[in-house]
Amino acid sequence: MMKSKDIAELLNEPACSHNKKEKSGCARPKPGASAGGCAFDGAQIALLPIADVAHIVHGSIACAGSSWDNRGTRSSGPRLFKVGMTTDLTEQDVIMGRGEKRLFHSIKQAIDDYSPAAVFVYNTCIPALIGDDIEAICKSAQERWGTPVVPVDCAGFYGTKNLGNRIAGDAMVKHVCGTREPDPLPHGAQSGNFKVHDVNLVGEYNIAGEFWHVLPLLDHLGIRVLCTLSGDARYREVQTMHRAEVNMMVCSKAMLNVARKLEDSFGTPWFEGSFYGVEDTSKALRDFARIINDPDLTERTERLIASEEKRIHKALEPWRNHLRGKRVLLYTGGVKSWSIVSALQDLGMTVVATGTKKSTEEDKARIREIMGENTKMIDDGSPRALLNVVRDYQVDILIAGGRNMYTALKARIPFLDINQEREFGYAGYEGMLELAKQLALTIESPIWQAVRKPAPWAVGGKTTEGTEDTEGSKEVVHA
Amino acid sequence: MPEISKRKKALSVSPLKASQTIGAALAFLGFHRAIPMLHGAQGCTAFGKVFFVRHFREPIPLQTTAMDQIAAVMGSDDNVVEGLKAICSKNSPSLVGVPTTGLAETQGSDVTMAVGEFRKKYPEYSHIPVVPLSTPDFSGCLETGFAKAVEGVINVMVPDAASAGTKPGKRPRQLNVLVNASLTPGDLEALKDIIELCGFRPLVIPDLSDSLDGHLPDEDFSPLTIGGTPVAEMATLGDSKATLVIGASLNAAADLLKERTGVPDYRFDHLMGLAANDAFIHALHQLSGEPVPLKLQRQRAQLQDAMLDTHFMLGLSRFAIAADADLLNGFSQLLAENGASTVAAVVPANAPAIKHIAAEHVHIGDLEDLEKMAEANEAEVLICNSHGQETALRLGIPLLRAGFPQYDLVGGYQQQWIGYAGTRQTLFDIANILLSLEKGEIHPYRSIYAQKRDDEVTHFGKPAHNLH
Repeated sequence: MMKSKDIAELLNEPACSHNKKEKSGCARPKPGASAGGCAFDGAQIALLPIADVAHIVHGSIACAGSSWDNRGTRSSGPRLFKVGMTTDLTEQDVIMGRGEKRLFHSIKQAIDDYSPAAVFVYNTCIPALIGDDIEAICKSAQERWGTPVVPVDCAGFYGTKNLGNRIAGDAMVKHVCGTREPDPLPHGAQSGNFKVHDVNLVGEYNIAGEFWHVLPLLDHLGIRVLCTLSGDARYREVQTMHRAEVNMMVCSKAMLNVARKLEDSFGTPWFEGSFYGVEDTSKALRDFARIINDPDLTERTERLIASEEKRIHKALEPWRNHLRGKRVLLYTGGVKSWSIVSALQDLGMTVVATGTKKSTEEDKARIREIMGENTKMIDDGSPRALLNVVRDYQVDILIAGGRNMYTALKARIPFLDINQEREFGYAGYEGMLELAKQLALTIESPIWQAVRKPAPWAVGGKTTEGTEDTEGSKEVVHA
Repeated sequence: MPEISKRKKALSVSPLKASQTIGAALAFLGFHRAIPMLHGAQGCTAFGKVFFVRHFREPIPLQTTAMDQIAAVMGSDDNVVEGLKAICSKNSPSLVGVPTTGLAETQGSDVTMAVGEFRKKYPEYSHIPVVPLSTPDFSGCLETGFAKAVEGVINVMVPDAASAGTKPGKRPRQLNVLVNASLTPGDLEALKDIIELCGFRPLVIPDLSDSLDGHLPDEDFSPLTIGGTPVAEMATLGDSKATLVIGASLNAAADLLKERTGVPDYRFDHLMGLAANDAFIHALHQLSGEPVPLKLQRQRAQLQDAMLDTHFMLGLSRFAIAADADLLNGFSQLLAENGASTVAAVVPANAPAIKHIAAEHVHIGDLEDLEKMAEANEAEVLICNSHGQETALRLGIPLLRAGFPQYDLVGGYQQQWIGYAGTRQTLFDIANILLSLEKGEIHPYRSIYAQKRDDEVTHFGKPAHNLH
């Protein structure tokens, strides 16, 4: 089990602006009033997209059983991360203390059957409680079988999902980053007469493959992504993260510790950014150029941005006509609370309120900057509270995580899923088109009228009396 | 109203149309102890029989007047007379339908007169009703033939109110239900349930759900239909409280029934989608004066929920549909109601329902026309009978089978498209097809600088020992 000192250290993330408030670090979950995931959830989510790794959940079935293969993240190659693996501890294992042995054999089985690039072992509550030493097991398994085995000590009771993200990031920095030097540039890849620069993206999960909208732009600019932690990543890429010239924290505070520790150990500068919306995408590209500080890159970046923005604005024009003036309630966590706002404003929509439950003070400041001082910020994310805002602010569409989808639908409100389970990619210039299309699709669907209208027999009182006089009556219904 | 264009080319390629004659035969198969005898050459019947046997996976009672070259030249009335005699003497059916084929019509056969001759010559069979019908295959389509047969049966078997003493509402719980060719036996079963739930006894005409629903009967063989609307009931249609008419193709039949009996009617173009079913249930509710049964209200709420759940997939999706007019109309309305559009619509023949179809353009033509329209207008899903499979393959889009014939799908005849519940399942089916298209799918992109190995792609998470 993790020591409370270690947990406290992770909670106390010096680079996190939450720390500057009186309640430091990540807030503890409140009994009876918590809806988010646990540390295991957060750790698994952060690392699972590493596609060629065997992800073993060490614990009883509830942890892996209800969470495996439910992420919208995509891989361009291996699909090993889609294979659910758990030690599925039994009562006997717990009582007799056979968990460690089972884990050891599990690692062997995974290596034998699937030849993974590495094995990640996620610790969960029960083995943490009964004192399985997963670090030791991983170490001896790695020595015995010759495949890297990485312990991720992330029992649920350690804390929230956010903490889990950090534990995951910490495990990568501690056990994986810096264990291999980057490959030389592929033969023939260096065709232009410009220098190729190496970068990392932290917290980019390639949901629905959306990062593939962005990656061609980076290729065009001669920016090599050593690793995206962790969308469409490979173990061998994570190993080389220490060699980047700059790290971009994508839309998330969660793995901030990765960027900070890489900065501390290797002096890599980092910046926060987002690929949602035309403006933010351009800004992220500019930030790369700015920090890398290569005048040639800066110039090529500006040219790319100019031509891409021109192209996408033209393509978006017909959609703006559909969406202009529509009122949005945005309820989503953290950075997305502002990064999506600018994307929506790009489309001519009005964001009337945004959720700030997981936002930092810095996030909130940006919200005020983008949306004005009078923006409604919602801390209470209960379904009832959201629906009240929808009603009070004449909201046309709720944009939130999948968890809130059915709340909106049951209340007959158009909805767009923005979280990790979604099936559409909205990143980059190209993603804006998809976002506009999906918004128009739901807002303009004729079903809203149909589901809001009362049944014909319920109109004007209870039951209509039976019509005695139907003589000659003829109804033609061209429904 | 859509723009309507007609067939412009000489050759019909991958025809959509099934003949009027077999449409009429199908309607006769919905009466109990009935048999259709197609007036034409043997092949007309043989092809029709195979058509229905493959669709329903049931034995199909179907006879022929077996015109040969002598009959074709010298006149074929005798074939009708002797054919009827053979059937009546051997099987003593409750009803014989005699739809004509193109051959008989071209030759100039007057089937009504021929039946008159049969009556004179064999008065001993006067108790067996015979319905002569002019249904040449050079006009109309399956749907129109079906409708003509319904009209023909009413014409022969429903007495006028004055002479028979029937009175609308004398049987206050009985409703006549005229149904078109697009309702499957599964649809009819559901329709009867709905009407019964509202406290009525439905008299479905014709009732294929009782004859061709695919049940295993006790008897091993029957030369006649083993179920369907009881022929004796036809005399009581005038006593019903009201007539419900499903399908615009039945307008003429409904007009005739109303003229004969004075029973008021309620007409519905189709029963697909929320609005159509609301109108239908509302009519039943007004007729009964009772509250709408809770079960139906629940099914309505379930449909509404399904509309919410599926609108993400259906919204802005594009369909190509080829079907007889009533069925196509129903589908197009259902899709429009849920934010999808019908971008290619082809019907085999002109029909009253065409002008109500929710599409910009409806073409009267064949599956080749449909294919071209679907391709030009970027359809994503095809709704068609089994013949659409090759079209769908060439277009590279999935096919939802509906209409006649469905020879490569088991149980297609039992699919329930209508009612709140049927519509709900239809929406789910369509949404699942759309999901299978993986529309939001972004094509994987591999960076030119990637540190990913080129040989890794084969390792799709399969166990190592399966990799070879």
